[in-house]
Amino acid sequence: MADDVDQQQTTNTVEEPLDLIRLSLDERIYVKMKNDRELRGRLHAYDQHLYMILGDVEETVTTIEIDEETNEEIYKSTKRNIPMLFVRGDGVVLVAPPLRFG
Amino acid sequence: MHATLFYSFFKSLVGKDVVVELKNDLSICGTLHSVDQYLNIKLTDISVTDPEKYPHMLSVKNCFIRGSVVHYVQLPADEVDTQLLQDAARKEALQQKQ
Repeated sequence: MADDVDQQQTTNTVEEPLDLIRLSLDERIYVKMKNDRELRGRLHAYDQHLYMILGDVEETVTTIEIDEETNEEIYKSTKRNIPMLFVRGDGVVLVAPPLRFG
Repeated sequence: MHATLFYSFFKSLVGKDVVVELKNDLSICGTLHSVDQYLNIKLTDISVTDPEKYPHMLSVKNCFIRGSVVHYVQLPADEVDTQLLQDAARKEALQQKQ
């Protein structure tokens, strides 16, 4: 009887990497994706494939343009806002708390 | 088939309008008709959202999209119960560990 109760208790310890993501549910997170894309949004759901539902999302796409004359690299970023977004996990590279800059 | 969180979630959105962004940068707006365990999507009454610089699918009304080519799906925020989702995600995460 006692064993059954123990097994039913939820494990709240952080054991594996996906547990770290569980701690971020309902928090804002930063997601780095393939193709120089980044997302910042509130994590509502995720699974082991890293499929995610994010709310209040800002997507940043960074492109590098080469100036023909000077050959210098110009970094440009395009942003857009999406209220609620499903993200397919196979594009995800990194998941972290939002980065703070100075 | 164990993990079905997102399959169930999409099933609850059948009939709603969504925008599916593909990995080839094509964005398709349409009504979610059906979804399967692979998150393949069938959309009806589709239109291409971004200025029609991408394949003009003027004559196409319905389409089947292979789940693996989907990048994002833009969802109607007010149709989504975020509290329910978060609880379901917690449960699913713990289920996956065992």
